[in-house]
Amino acid sequence: MLFEALTKGNIGRLGASLPLKLATWGVVLFLHIPLALIVLYAFSSEDKSYIFPPPGLTTQWFAVALEREDVWDAMKMSARVAVYATGIALVLGTLAAGALARTQFFGREAVNLLLILPIALPGVVTGIALRSAYHTLEIPFSFWTIVIGHATFCVVVVYNNAVARLRRISPSLLEASMDLGANTFQTFRYVVLPQLGSALLAGGLLAFALSFDEVIVTTFTAGQQTTLPIWMLQELIRPRQRPVTNVVAVFIIALTFIPILTAYWLTRSDENSQNR
Amino acid sequence: MVAESVHKPRSLTNTLSDVLYRRKGVMMAMLLGPPLLWFGVIYLGSLLSLLTNSFYRLDDFTGQVVKEVGLGNFVALFEPANLDVAWRTVSMALAVTVASAMLALPIAYYMARYARGPRKALLYVAVMLPLWSSYLVRLYAWKLLLAKEGAISWAMQKLHLQWLLDALLASPWVGGNSLSFSPMGTFIVFVYMWLPFMILPIQAAIERIPGSYIEASADLGASPSRTFKSVVLPLAMPGIAAGSIFTFSLTLGDYIIPQVIGNSTLYIGQVVYRQQGVAGNLPFAAAFSLVPIVVIAVYLWFAKRKGAFDVI
Repeated sequence: MLFEALTKGNIGRLGASLPLKLATWGVVLFLHIPLALIVLYAFSSEDKSYIFPPPGLTTQWFAVALEREDVWDAMKMSARVAVYATGIALVLGTLAAGALARTQFFGREAVNLLLILPIALPGVVTGIALRSAYHTLEIPFSFWTIVIGHATFCVVVVYNNAVARLRRISPSLLEASMDLGANTFQTFRYVVLPQLGSALLAGGLLAFALSFDEVIVTTFTAGQQTTLPIWMLQELIRPRQRPVTNVVAVFIIALTFIPILTAYWLTRSDENSQNR
Repeated sequence: MVAESVHKPRSLTNTLSDVLYRRKGVMMAMLLGPPLLWFGVIYLGSLLSLLTNSFYRLDDFTGQVVKEVGLGNFVALFEPANLDVAWRTVSMALAVTVASAMLALPIAYYMARYARGPRKALLYVAVMLPLWSSYLVRLYAWKLLLAKEGAISWAMQKLHLQWLLDALLASPWVGGNSLSFSPMGTFIVFVYMWLPFMILPIQAAIERIPGSYIEASADLGASPSRTFKSVVLPLAMPGIAAGSIFTFSLTLGDYIIPQVIGNSTLYIGQVVYRQQGVAGNLPFAAAFSLVPIVVIAVYLWFAKRKGAFDVI
């Protein structure tokens, strides 16, 4: 096996062997070269093909893309969907985390599974299930049918972040708050929420990124609405103006990297405590 | 507290607060009620309607859904063309899972046992960023990379390996006109897309192996490869199983990657999408979408036995 060769003389030693290091950084390159390439192509002066290396470099396509109404409309639509979906996910995910973080009861595992199911099952299943429900109830596709789908699979993201943080809050803090005369709501407001805040922000940012980017469920639950991923998908299948697509791809990378990195920064201590 | 409440009229919030504190059941119901209602009604309801729809049929003449219960759709699933689609999708999912596990093990091992401090954080971010960043943009990047005039062909030419690429593309089953129109291309993109989902759980699993186990194994005279086989691999298994749930399930349900990169052979997701969309045959699409659910259920049962749920 490949791994065996890579770890020979490696296990139990203090430093990593060269093949293991090479394999590690090779995978990192494999994961990141495609993203770097997107950025390069956004500056390509070639507009008919995907020729590599680009014959020349230019910044003109950024100006062209910024003037495209359809791109802006799609971006606004995605942002609106993501805001509502994240809002619903924050409420439901926090409530579920509050219920499940420190309790044991019959059916707890079932509830847990139910929350994970929308991302554990293939996207087409969630998509077509919602589609058939809308069809049966004769609900026409709209902005809200997209939001409902997105909120459903975003809950688990908020839930995971909130549960990890709630398990770190010492129960004695809550007892101390109660002993000092605070009621349940005051305890939540002044003791729990300040500690939970950054985990919720991180969960919300990831939920936003997830919704902003989702395409599979969206294609089943959208009618005439064009979200940014749907716009992108149309360009992938039938390219109209390739340079504009390249620039939009760079925008999307920039727009999603910010919330992801912020979320990582906000929850890095949760991660560390999980790993120990 | 008691004395105070005698003198002062209790506010509504305090009363409510006391009820919540004394009766954990009420508290629980208030916390769990809204999420359960959402998931119970909207999500389970949708899945139920999917199941119901799969028993209906489409009237060939009117193109309308006839709400009569029958097994016609399930019989149609066993037509050779449909079995072919299911088989191709499941074997692709398995191949992607095995390849992801092989690529993920070294980096996960390195991250868990050797990387420390800033380097560890850097590696973690390097794996997590692609996981969360845009699926379509990354797919688009591969369209650029795999195109006939794209970067991979260019690199192959510069390295004088054009013959190798041509040989691969000429081979049966996996070959095609160019990388972006071949099953090989589809496979590479699937592996790329789901690899982070495999690395992170394996890393978490290896991180939990006490260093003393590995030292003990060496002290008892085991060679590194023996230590790997008998100590590291069994203990990393829950992580591999957890990661494989993602790689397997995501491949089974994806219809966009094979549509953009690959020859025109169909996968389960594409059939479901086309049947409900272009063909308007929602009942058959519903029946076909039960195939991945059944496959996943079998797979989850298998993964649970391997301890996959302890590391998610």
